[in-house]
Amino acid sequence: MTAIQINSVEKSYKGFKALKGVSLNIEQGEFFGLLGPNGAGKTTLISTIAGLIRPDVGSVKIHGHDVVTDFRNARKNLGVVPQELVFDPFFTVRETLRLQSGYFGIKNNDAWIDEVMHNLDLTNKADVNMRALSGGMKRRVLVAQALVHKPPVIVLDEPTAGVDVELRQTLWKFISRLNREGHTVVLTTHYLEEAEAMCQRVAMLKLGEVVALDSMQGLLRRVSGSQLIVHLKEGTLPEGLRPLVSHDENENGKGNRYSLRINAPGEVEAILARLRESGAVVDEMQLQQADLEDIFLQIMGDAKAGKGAL
Amino acid sequence: MSFVSVGFRTLFYKEMLRFWKVATQTIAAPILTAMLYLLIFGHVLEGRVEVYPGVSYTAFLVPGLVMMSVLQNAFANSSSSLIQSKITGNLVFILLPPLSHWEILLAYVSASVVRGLVVGAGVFAITAWFAHLSFAAPLWIIVFAVLGAAILGTLGVIAGIWADKFDQLAAFQNFLIMPATFLAGVFYSIHSLPGFWQAVSHFNPFFYMIDGFRHGFFGTSDISPWTSLAIVSVFFAVLAAIAINLLQRGYKLRH
Repeated sequence: MTAIQINSVEKSYKGFKALKGVSLNIEQGEFFGLLGPNGAGKTTLISTIAGLIRPDVGSVKIHGHDVVTDFRNARKNLGVVPQELVFDPFFTVRETLRLQSGYFGIKNNDAWIDEVMHNLDLTNKADVNMRALSGGMKRRVLVAQALVHKPPVIVLDEPTAGVDVELRQTLWKFISRLNREGHTVVLTTHYLEEAEAMCQRVAMLKLGEVVALDSMQGLLRRVSGSQLIVHLKEGTLPEGLRPLVSHDENENGKGNRYSLRINAPGEVEAILARLRESGAVVDEMQLQQADLEDIFLQIMGDAKAGKGAL
Repeated sequence: MSFVSVGFRTLFYKEMLRFWKVATQTIAAPILTAMLYLLIFGHVLEGRVEVYPGVSYTAFLVPGLVMMSVLQNAFANSSSSLIQSKITGNLVFILLPPLSHWEILLAYVSASVVRGLVVGAGVFAITAWFAHLSFAAPLWIIVFAVLGAAILGTLGVIAGIWADKFDQLAAFQNFLIMPATFLAGVFYSIHSLPGFWQAVSHFNPFFYMIDGFRHGFFGTSDISPWTSLAIVSVFFAVLAAIAINLLQRGYKLRH
């Protein structure tokens, strides 16, 4: 079953097109990443999924329920962690979670609330007023609020922005467990290593359009090869190797340092031989696999250059 | 859809808890204000003004002050809750769950009614010591108190949705609610006004709420309580329709 069905969604604000006909299907049980630079339309898309923004054109369905015409059933199936760090200063953590349960029509939900608090390391803050919590703790409560009704679809809009390593680990452990138990997870993040580690499939947005939609393996395959980073103690990079340079790190003031693009590990020896022949002496060398960041930069670069959607 | 759904009850409870947690500001302060009005106006005008035959000015003033407190606090409850939630961003906690427009409106209005009645009861309990009051038709007291609070609670929802900042809400309160309440006969009978202002008063829906409420105490009023009830009910229906329409459209809530 399709967990989230996004059909040709368009949204404009005073002439600015924030979403330009976005279509996506996210399957049940997926861990899906929604990536893109600032202003790409990620939060607008998530707000549309959550019913906080109404699309000008197109529709969004959660487990088959339209978020506008059948909003009650759609929202019952959805838990959203908003990007903004918002809280109600009148209540304690436990009161906040009990109220949120009630809004979703669930009473006597303390067993699950306790479990969520335990899994997010919030138990000892249960009776503390929201105002007294640190930013990281408030973020945990936001996550807990999105989970109080055990939604089959969980949307996290930059849940780890500005939070410490401990929360990230706690959060990902819990979210991964929920995903293993069958919950669909949609994540937006600027931390691409998080997306690479967690997501099975990724959509990249740029200026309101989907410019890439593929499995993580599929995306990683798109950037062939790796990077060989060499730091030369003596000599300079021979002209014959110049076409392989992807980053001339000398521009960053890092001395005689170059990133060379290679397609297979066997090419390393050939490059070293060329360097020896030219009299250059390698001081330090590092072989780096292509990662999501390389792909992201490449795809965003292609999109900027107008090479079309992938 | 059930009006007593868990969602409605929870939002209603949350709104009650919200004002109860700051009861000094939301309950005690308005009671003190009303008491000061009574002490000052009652002391100055007692014996000089007789609005209804056989009814002292202080006795006349008490129902007016009670109703004014009910109305102003009912408005303050829903409007301040909504604007605070909008500005701090926590309104998203209400917008993400499957709460219907009716549930949201009823919860905010019901909590406003409760706060209005609690403050009104408090004002009455304090001010009643200063005057001899009768209860000629107690049912009218309850009907107009509840209906008046519901109207102002609904108006508070509309103002809270419309306003983008506290300044705009303050303008709504100071330039609309406050004058309409003061000019509705809290401190006087409209029969003591010149003809033109008497006519103008008949276009003020607040006048009917206060006049009908006062009828419950003295059995006498400027106009028939049935007429007041009809006018106030229509006013409530119109405001409720506007509020529901705003919530349904997501006006300034869902973009």
